[in-house]
Amino acid sequence: MLEILKNLFNSYKVVVGALILTAVILFGFVGPLFSDMSPTEMVGLLYQEPSEEYILGTDNFGRDIFNELMFATRTSLIVGVLAGLVATLIGTTLGLFAGYLGGVVDSVINSLTNLFLTVPPFVILILVSISLETRSIYLLAFLIGFTSWPWVTRSVRSQTMSLRNRKHVDIARISGFNIFEILGREILPYIMSYVFMTFSIQVAFGIIQEATLSMLGLGPFNVVTLGKMLQWATMYEAMSAGAWWAFVPPIFLVSLISFSLKYINSGMDEVFNPKLRK
Amino acid sequence: MSYFTKYVLQKLKWYIIVFFVALFLNFYLPRLIPGNPISGLVAQLTGPGTDVSQANQMHQTFVKEFGLDKSIPVQFFNYVKMLFQGSMGTSFSFYPRSVNSIVAEALPWTLILQVPAFTIGWILGNTLGAISAYKKGVVDHIIFPFSLYINAIPRYAFGMLLMWIFGIILGWFPLAGGYSSSMYPNLSWTFISNAASHYILPFLSVMLVTVGGQAIGMREMSIYELDSDYVLYSRSLGIKDSKIVQFVFKNASLPQITAFGSSLPILITGAVVTEVVFSYPGIGSLLFDAIRQSDYALIQGCTLVIILSVVFANFTLDILYGFIDPRVRTAQMEEVE
Repeated sequence: MLEILKNLFNSYKVVVGALILTAVILFGFVGPLFSDMSPTEMVGLLYQEPSEEYILGTDNFGRDIFNELMFATRTSLIVGVLAGLVATLIGTTLGLFAGYLGGVVDSVINSLTNLFLTVPPFVILILVSISLETRSIYLLAFLIGFTSWPWVTRSVRSQTMSLRNRKHVDIARISGFNIFEILGREILPYIMSYVFMTFSIQVAFGIIQEATLSMLGLGPFNVVTLGKMLQWATMYEAMSAGAWWAFVPPIFLVSLISFSLKYINSGMDEVFNPKLRK
Repeated sequence: MSYFTKYVLQKLKWYIIVFFVALFLNFYLPRLIPGNPISGLVAQLTGPGTDVSQANQMHQTFVKEFGLDKSIPVQFFNYVKMLFQGSMGTSFSFYPRSVNSIVAEALPWTLILQVPAFTIGWILGNTLGAISAYKKGVVDHIIFPFSLYINAIPRYAFGMLLMWIFGIILGWFPLAGGYSSSMYPNLSWTFISNAASHYILPFLSVMLVTVGGQAIGMREMSIYELDSDYVLYSRSLGIKDSKIVQFVFKNASLPQITAFGSSLPILITGAVVTEVVFSYPGIGSLLFDAIRQSDYALIQGCTLVIILSVVFANFTLDILYGFIDPRVRTAQMEEVE
């Protein structure tokens, strides 16, 4: 374990990614603690330029963008992590069973996976989102996770298939362990690094999906997210008003989170697949 | 029956199943919408002075006309029947225009934007990826993080940045729309050049985002390829680098076609939302308006077109793939059985 961590921190990609991510997490979770106003409090006029009073200016509602940004980062991170957890949980479970059992179970799960890979997840998200009375961030995160598991299933399935005929798995099987014990003890630990890498990608994907849904006006209610800030900026024509501070900072933060996660992922890939390292 | 025909039929069968499942989701999910779009329509058609019984009657007529008084399975059956007769229903928000005519107006704009952007993006991205893997060093350290960063921005947000830099700061291109609002679509030279100047930014956003994603995938594929025996052998024979890159490109691009197919659903939706940012008159902007108006016949029309194009594109890619690589035909036949 310690060995793995040491290897990971030898990769500059992992280190750079982790540093960026930590900075963003601090900004989103510690920042709001020092704020004495709600993110939706209107403090100034429409699209005021960045100044000493408002570091990043104000938005179309006259809110302090810097303050809004901290809260939005927090919400977006929560949505991303929850969506990533849901997708990874569903995907890993299905992938383990499909890959280990093979046969009919595998055919069914595999067809289902391919089906949901072909039907654009976004279309399902749109269709479900418009039919909801209220959209909390938790519901939205669940929905996003629920539509993005097929990618996880596909990769976990193929990893499991390559493991199921190993000796230690055979031994566990003849020793009479049940399927949950075998999957949990003999297979999952070997693909854990892989599952974790998939998780990091799913979190990034979740944050981007939230931002995209919000852009279409299907974001969560009553909260500020990075995607909703972008939607407001578009709807209230920040662009032609020249108010770059209304949309550049949220874009910067979304991409920073997603970039750092993908960079960590790529670094981990190099650590675990030495072939890529050269 | 030849092997290839079997392969095509096999694929066709699969995509027909996918299509019907998608069709049912497309039909059923919007039925759960809160708020009654018909009340909205009635309110829009009747003025404040209309008496209640008249409005009620109108309401009844519309419920009948849209078939909303029937059970869900009957409604689905009617929906499919109507689709096969070539009709996607009537729009609520543009009543009494048919969804067909509205979608037909927007679709060419979307196709003209997305097909070239994806094709050129795929070619450019894969070339860059192969070069990045082969050259390593400085080139790799520039192309790779750059591709990763572009790939990390929500697709539409990349469009916003381009719009800001080239439309506002530099003022090179118009900000929004598919053509100037004072014009009417026609085939005159002035209109075409006007539309072209509106086209460049949305095109660049969709294309560059595709380049980013493809370059990352190709880089990884190529790194594996570069380690293979034929590359080492060619090198020891002193074959030119550019020639070896060609070999690698050819071999690594096959899986890249499949990867492209499975990333299409995400690519297409990304491009669709990009249209919203640019108010480009395609399916994406139409979908955005339909969502705001709770016009579910129109929403279904747009999502159906998106689903259809993804399924169709995937089918085409599968056939193309089987055509290029005979190994796959056999391998996939075995997998399906």
